[in-house]
Amino acid sequence: MSLDLGDALQTFFAESRSLLQEMEEGLLRLETAPDDAEAVNAVFRAAHTIKGSSGLFGLDDIVAFTHKAESVLDRVRNGELALNEGLIGLFLGCRDHIERLLDITADGTEMDADTRHQGEALAAQLGQCMGPAALPAETEAPLQSLGGGRMAGDTWHISLRFGRDVLKNGMDPLSFIRYLGTLGEIAHLTTLDDALPAAAAMDPECCYLGFEIRLRSEADKARIEGVFEFVRDDCQLHILPPGSRVADYIELIEMLPENNSRLGEILVACGAVTQRELDESLALQACENAREEAPQPLGEILVGRQIVQPELVDAALTKQKEVRLRQTQEARFIRVHADKLDELINLVGELVIAGAGATLLAQRQGNGAMQEASALVSRLVEEIRGGALRLRMVPIGETFSRFQRVVRDVSKELGKDIELVVTGAETELDKSVVEKIGDPLTHLVRNSMDHGIESAEVRASRGKPAKGKLRLNAYHDSGSIVIEVGDDGGGLNRDRILGKAIERGIVGANQSLSDREIYNLIFEAGFSTADQVSNLSGRGVGMDVVRRNIEALRGTVELDSTPGEGTTVRIRLPLTLAIIDGFLVGVGDSAYVVPLEMVLECVELSDVDRQALALRAYVNLRGEVLPFVRLRDHFEVDGHGTRRENIVVVHYAGHKAGLVVDQLMGEFQTVIKPLGKMFSKVKGISGSTILGTGDVALILDVPSLVQQAAAREAGLNREAGQSGPADRATASVQ
Amino acid sequence: MELDSERHENRLCLHAAGEMTIYSAAELKPTILAALEQSDEVDIDLSEVSEVDTSGVQLLMLMKREALAAGKGLTLSGHSPAVLEVFELLGLGSWFGDPQVLPAGVARRVA
Repeated sequence: MSLDLGDALQTFFAESRSLLQEMEEGLLRLETAPDDAEAVNAVFRAAHTIKGSSGLFGLDDIVAFTHKAESVLDRVRNGELALNEGLIGLFLGCRDHIERLLDITADGTEMDADTRHQGEALAAQLGQCMGPAALPAETEAPLQSLGGGRMAGDTWHISLRFGRDVLKNGMDPLSFIRYLGTLGEIAHLTTLDDALPAAAAMDPECCYLGFEIRLRSEADKARIEGVFEFVRDDCQLHILPPGSRVADYIELIEMLPENNSRLGEILVACGAVTQRELDESLALQACENAREEAPQPLGEILVGRQIVQPELVDAALTKQKEVRLRQTQEARFIRVHADKLDELINLVGELVIAGAGATLLAQRQGNGAMQEASALVSRLVEEIRGGALRLRMVPIGETFSRFQRVVRDVSKELGKDIELVVTGAETELDKSVVEKIGDPLTHLVRNSMDHGIESAEVRASRGKPAKGKLRLNAYHDSGSIVIEVGDDGGGLNRDRILGKAIERGIVGANQSLSDREIYNLIFEAGFSTADQVSNLSGRGVGMDVVRRNIEALRGTVELDSTPGEGTTVRIRLPLTLAIIDGFLVGVGDSAYVVPLEMVLECVELSDVDRQALALRAYVNLRGEVLPFVRLRDHFEVDGHGTRRENIVVVHYAGHKAGLVVDQLMGEFQTVIKPLGKMFSKVKGISGSTILGTGDVALILDVPSLVQQAAAREAGLNREAGQSGPADRATASVQ
Repeated sequence: MELDSERHENRLCLHAAGEMTIYSAAELKPTILAALEQSDEVDIDLSEVSEVDTSGVQLLMLMKREALAAGKGLTLSGHSPAVLEVFELLGLGSWFGDPQVLPAGVARRVA
């Protein structure tokens, strides 16, 4: 069968990957709770579904391998095999192997020797778990049974009539039959061409064939039905279990579209019934039909004839209901191509700008009704914008849960007992950010485990619990998302870092630095305390790469460490990369945008403070020291300040600062347009936007401005403290 | 899918090569029907068929039935491994009633 199924195949890959994810979660859960039957089922289901779908696509390698894993899982599920750490490790290995096989198929490359070898090794290990009875002769021929003696009567009868459109829907009935063959042995198969019309009327792209199949298998009815899950709506399927009575076959004949006597012959031919049985039953049926009563529901008929027990009918009905419920739940999600979302958000961005233009026009004309209408429009646009951006938001939990496996593997590798504690998994952030945060996080997690958390002996001697703790946490804070990676290890060695930094010439020998500044030196390029390097990571190796990755996302990273208690790395990222709520301020003739989430308050700059402006870099905000930046000075705007100036108080990452501006112009929906490369070195600007008038406004880079203000204040403070020049106003704080 | 024809007296030989699948079914149908109309004896050489799916099988079955109805002869020959596998799976070998060469040696080519 051709692999050129395009979309269907892509869906298969996407679904298989999420199934593998479920499988991994299940296995990790089993590691702590080996008796969790639900988890075993989840793992089994995942393997089974992957096998089933790959069978449909004719991916024989995956089917063959997954089948082996599934058989062992089946034994676990039936309680024949006890789960232990080794077995879970083996299943995790199998999961990884399936993933590799999927990757290979997705890339369209051939399996390399390494992968093949690994697959064989895993298969051999799985084989050992199957015990001696079930192994023989199943690897070679896919159509052969699972082995083991079987009674003569365990043959299922399956009648299949495919719908006309099944081929057009991209499915090949042959694949289903091939896959059916993996459940057991196809003892007999008759292909029916009765529905095939005359040559002129036949559409070569429709399916007209029907099949009568005798299947020797130990599988249950649900599994056999499961084979045809993907064409359930597109085919007529009748399954008669082994040992069905002749009457059941007669009923089958009645239900099928073909001529009764022809079907009878086929059934006789495939050994389902004998000719004599058939004749007798047909005669009996004829009599019964003569005195046919009012139609009864099928269930009642079946019960009445004692073909099935009433309980079974109930169970089947409940199951149907459950399936329906699950389907409606599934239908609540749709897959959308990310490009389409981006397009939508771009359009919304344009809409915001155009809307601002209309509002401005309405204001200028002074037409009340017009203003009201445009206010309504802009409110709706705001809601659309919010909705469109929310579409891209995904909870970070999915990324976090991937680390369960990383922590498990790395702690095994290191021989440390480490537990991962995840909080804030429901915190949402932009999908494009989520995709890019994985690598830096992995690096930080590995780093913490390797160097942060001490070995069990050291921990014991320091009076800590033997089990190390790694924390992943996320929360929202003033328009950004904060992701923390924390450990309860030994903390950073302040003196060693300082020593290294001086040695490398990153800082001068007599520079005075706070502890925090010293710790954050490990993010500097070229900084590595190489004497600690292991095969996993050296604390400091690549930390500059982590920082670069995060800064590329307009984020920041910082680090807190307490000796003996642990280290926390804090990553701060903007929530979205496209549209923000802004606060528009004016300096001279230019307009600037401050991200609204960072604005705390606006106050008028008092005359007292204005006079002191030249002398000190802070103002007194209700008894609090507030460092500030004069935007007029910072951006060298021409002209003199107006008579009144205002301070916009902004905050970022726990720091506050004031921005001195001429005018406060109110809230403004801001579509972020990137700045050209030329401006990338300009400090204090993170982007630009277009106002309703068509003018350009610059978006202020508050983090860097806050930092600058804080540094200037600290500098002045230090100067004041060290030299104490008389003309400095008192810099001490009450 | 490629289909070359070759005429030997009143016998028409069709050499099918490539995929006999849903992708080629629509163009294949008129071609072989036309071949059947032109000649009383048609032989389809399947030795270079790389892949067959349900639509391919169906077409072959249709041809066979049409030929029988018109009192003409249709034989299949040189079944490639892909064809053999499908015929085996669907139990069609005896339905067509053509001799099949098992794939141990080189596929036979009927001249």
